[in-house]
Amino acid sequence: MEIFDHLALGFSVAFTFQNLFYCFIGVLLGTLIGVLPGLGPVPTIAMLLPITFGLPPVSALIMLAGIYYGAQYGGSTTAILINLPGESSSVVTAIDGYQMARQGRAGAALATAALGSFFAGSVATFLLAVFAPPLADIALKFGPPEYFSLMVLGLVASVSLASGSVIKALAMVVLGILLGLSGQDVYTGTPRFTFDIVELADGIEFVALAMGLFGLVEIIRNLEDEHTRTVMVQKVQGLMLSRDDIKRIIAPVLRGTVLGSFLGILPGGGAMLSSFASYSIEKRVSKDPRQFGKGAIEGVAGPESANNAGAQTSFIPMLTLGIPSNPVMALMIGALIIQGIVPGPNVVNEQPNLFWGIIASMWIGNFMLVVLNLPLIGIWVRLLTVPYHILFPLIIGFCCIGVYSVNNNVYDVYAMALFGVVGYLLVKLECEPAPLLLGFIIGPMLEEYLRRAMLISRGDPSVFVTRPLSAVMLGIAVLALAVVLLPSVRKKREEAFKE
Amino acid sequence: MGRFIRSPKDVGTGLLLIALAAWFAWLGSDLPIGRAIRMGPGYFPLVLCGILAALGLIVLLTGLAFGGDAEADDEAQRIAVPWRGILLVTLSVVVFGLAVAPLGLGPAMGLAVFISSAASRRFSLPGGALMAIIMVAFAWAVFIKGLGLPLPMLGPWLGGY
Repeated sequence: MEIFDHLALGFSVAFTFQNLFYCFIGVLLGTLIGVLPGLGPVPTIAMLLPITFGLPPVSALIMLAGIYYGAQYGGSTTAILINLPGESSSVVTAIDGYQMARQGRAGAALATAALGSFFAGSVATFLLAVFAPPLADIALKFGPPEYFSLMVLGLVASVSLASGSVIKALAMVVLGILLGLSGQDVYTGTPRFTFDIVELADGIEFVALAMGLFGLVEIIRNLEDEHTRTVMVQKVQGLMLSRDDIKRIIAPVLRGTVLGSFLGILPGGGAMLSSFASYSIEKRVSKDPRQFGKGAIEGVAGPESANNAGAQTSFIPMLTLGIPSNPVMALMIGALIIQGIVPGPNVVNEQPNLFWGIIASMWIGNFMLVVLNLPLIGIWVRLLTVPYHILFPLIIGFCCIGVYSVNNNVYDVYAMALFGVVGYLLVKLECEPAPLLLGFIIGPMLEEYLRRAMLISRGDPSVFVTRPLSAVMLGIAVLALAVVLLPSVRKKREEAFKE
Repeated sequence: MGRFIRSPKDVGTGLLLIALAAWFAWLGSDLPIGRAIRMGPGYFPLVLCGILAALGLIVLLTGLAFGGDAEADDEAQRIAVPWRGILLVTLSVVVFGLAVAPLGLGPAMGLAVFISSAASRRFSLPGGALMAIIMVAFAWAVFIKGLGLPLPMLGPWLGGY
């Protein structure tokens, strides 16, 4: 079996001392920021991007991936213990998890979350190993028109699955693409949108944009209402699950794993959507739905498995097609580009060490997380008592040094400040910054494929609909857009997100 | 707010988007456009500006009230603008940018952390100073000693190199 050879290669890469070390650092940092409210994986990964310059690509990606799925674990810990989801994906875990904690079953809830996540993470990692290479092979046959249509589909789908106004999200994508086009034009070398500033000739620095939009905006938002956090931590005891508990969680864990694995692949999907969807399914199939919201263990097991599976499988489109399905994956692509690796279907074949090393490290990382989370729970809880007014100046310090060290360019620092203010304004106008970041990453590729496609077709735009694969993808994109814009669906969608 | 405006937020967003589209179109106005078969550097941006303006117009129109479905506008739930947070957070970053080359990483980091800590209502002088010192020491240990970033702690103005 070829796949076992590949996995063996992956484990041989991941089991070197250096990579185990960075995997550990990644999951540790991930758990840390997952536990700390007001600090998510996006700003953290953006802050750490410059640090990864000096590392080999495999170690860098292993660490960054660890932060992402580690944050899913950490977020659920605080959701269960103090009803404060550290991550958006653990919002639903708080509903039943906190109730379980109040009934003195915090240990069981934490164990369920950890074991469910571990199981789901392992399965999703395996799926990633099985499905990514064939997908990459298909993608290798794509010409420029197919790539263009695929990117349009990716952008549209990520917009229609996100919460909030679809039109505004689309506008943010377009704005992101425009910003992404700044710098020298690839074909002619003409500077675009550089304001005649020499330092901007290479375009707007991705790290500056990401840190401004996510790091600084998040801080300003948190400063809006600074209330004192009184932390009432429930005592944790009894990490062991009873036989009855195990019986009750098996089905939800399996369902959550399948659902999360599927939704994670979709653009715009990932951890958050998976956990919400899993919770509503568990509630629907339950024999006794009234228990939900009052400490039903199924309400912890399902969403926790789903969000971890989704976090894992969202790597599939990123690693095989070079298309980010959420802002974290956009940052991963940024990290690959910084390392001089062009994300896309060639990564699987040309960088087998990188590809299989990351996959193997995910499994190891998930195992580390179980070990980290269950026995060390007391330490994580104590971290919650760090007040925000001590935390955020340190985050700003990290952002400053991080963005400056990318190019030793002070214009990047000013750009970060500017994007912080602009981003805050956009958030207040209910325009989410996440689609903007996706557009920024995809923009230059989109233009390149458009130009190449038009060159091949001699300027005939019908090439996008006469090539069957491209036509199908564009058709799905139009359909997806039409569906979410229909008034009846729109109402339902709003309700779903409110829930 | 007038009778015709249902959501000031949407109207504002729409106007902002249209203005941004116009601004980008103006910035790119001297870029060669070319033709579809061989697009110039100005082609794709111009198309995007058109789409952005159209989307802005839709948002603007949805914010206006046609007929009698004027909802209560959201003036009541408007929160106070956190000027202190916005100003001090931005200022701290800009000061870092101004200071890092002439003064070096240490002073720039200290200033940025100190200024930004004043954005909190629970700011105290000794507390802010202490955090600045801790962060400078941490930055020195991790970024200069640990990761070996080629940044001087003290810049040329302070006798560094």
